[in-house]
Amino acid sequence: MITADDIPFLPRGVRVHRDRVRDAWVLLAPERAITLDTIGHAILTEIDGQRSFGEITAALAAKYNAPAEDIAKDSAGFLGALRDRRFLEVQP
Amino acid sequence: MTARPPIAMLAELTHRCPLSCPYCSNPLELARIDQEIDTETWKSVFRQAADLGVLQLHLSGGEPASRRDLVELVQAARDAGLYINLITSGIGLSERRLNELDAAGLDHIQLSLQGTDAEMADQIGGYKGGFKRKMQVAEWIKAIGFPLTLNAVLHRRNLHQLPRAIEMALEMGARRIEVATVQFHGWALKNRDTLMPTREQAREADTIVIEARARLRGKLVIDYVPADYHSDYPKRCMGGWGTTGLNVTPEGKVLPCHAAETIPHLVFDNVKETPLHKIWYEGSAFQAYRGTDWMQDPCKSCERKTVDFGGCRCQAMAIVGDANAVDPVCIKSPHHGALQVQADAHACAEGQDLIYRSAPGKPVPETVE
Ligand code: SF4
Ligand code: SF4
Repeated sequence: MITADDIPFLPRGVRVHRDRVRDAWVLLAPERAITLDTIGHAILTEIDGQRSFGEITAALAAKYNAPAEDIAKDSAGFLGALRDRRFLEVQP
Repeated sequence: MTARPPIAMLAELTHRCPLSCPYCSNPLELARIDQEIDTETWKSVFRQAADLGVLQLHLSGGEPASRRDLVELVQAARDAGLYINLITSGIGLSERRLNELDAAGLDHIQLSLQGTDAEMADQIGGYKGGFKRKMQVAEWIKAIGFPLTLNAVLHRRNLHQLPRAIEMALEMGARRIEVATVQFHGWALKNRDTLMPTREQAREADTIVIEARARLRGKLVIDYVPADYHSDYPKRCMGGWGTTGLNVTPEGKVLPCHAAETIPHLVFDNVKETPLHKIWYEGSAFQAYRGTDWMQDPCKSCERKTVDFGGCRCQAMAIVGDANAVDPVCIKSPHHGALQVQADAHACAEGQDLIYRSAPGKPVPETVE
């Protein structure tokens, strides 16, 4: 499970891509293309390998005017699944 | 039915390959170098694919490194906005070429493994020194930092090496391993007596995979293609025929799946004559088994029909002689029982030699039946 102190990053070979044909954001990774919803896209674009998960959810909370805990809770499952497939890593 | 845009394209750049694996999925009739489409045509195909909605491009062969324009093709595919996966045996990749591929924007490498030691790997690949070379290439891949999938192809002769293959994936720094039991298409059909796993081997592989998945969660992703003939339900075909992917052959023919040419009544369009868009949406080979309208019973009235789409058309063709029939692997197929008996017979056949894949332009070896 990703914690507030973890610093997530997208490893090489995993990137956010604009799918102009389907007019959507997707995450491209080995053997996978995952359609991103608004919140998924918002989180992944904030991930920069510098800031912690806690800082990212706080920033998104301010931007979308929503409680940071809700954002953390809603996105933890998504990020956990990405991590299990090694599409997302945390800084050692 | 109206199709959605495809997600993935497999570009078989060439049928040439230094190896001659006896389970090669290339057709028996291999394209010669002078039949291959040229650099500019491939570039145009990549752009057309991206316009059509393809996101993932798999560069395959044969051995794609046998194409001298590989780096240029990767560059063009990346410019078109595609995510590029190179499917290779590693033979033909030098350190310099790997660096060039890195600079050109190659996203991911899938390295095939014929065996976990030189003795097995070189015997299966039919290429002496191949294993040693592959290990060297794996080191370069790791040093450059390419994301890597190790693709272990398993069958009766090497299934006992599965635990070691998983260890090797970890040692190479692979994020993912594909544990692929040989599927019996193409050249593998000629080698069922030597390659068909036993039922016990198939079950043991299931157990090893389940255990390793739990142990290596978050560390190594394990994707598994189980032994086909020993299953009760068929595999889902390509995510549904004509729904997610397409293949382009070295000559430019566009196929709904790599084995589709084994279905004799299908006619395939060529990128040299027809735009990719038109082939995908209107081509007769794509329309033939798209959706569920073509089905007859038992699939027609089956609740799994949109799960596996009736299984594999090419397998129905190869074994039952009717591409419209239910996949004979399915427990609801009248041929299921016979196939299981046949699988067991192949699995205990003794003393057969491997029939290696031949080279483009060379005659196809006779099968001993
Ligand atoms: S028809 Fe068979 S070989 Fe072809 S894609 Fe479907 S499952 Fe694979
Ligand atoms: S009957 Fe057809 S649709 Fe049903 S499980 Fe078997 S192959 Fe799949």
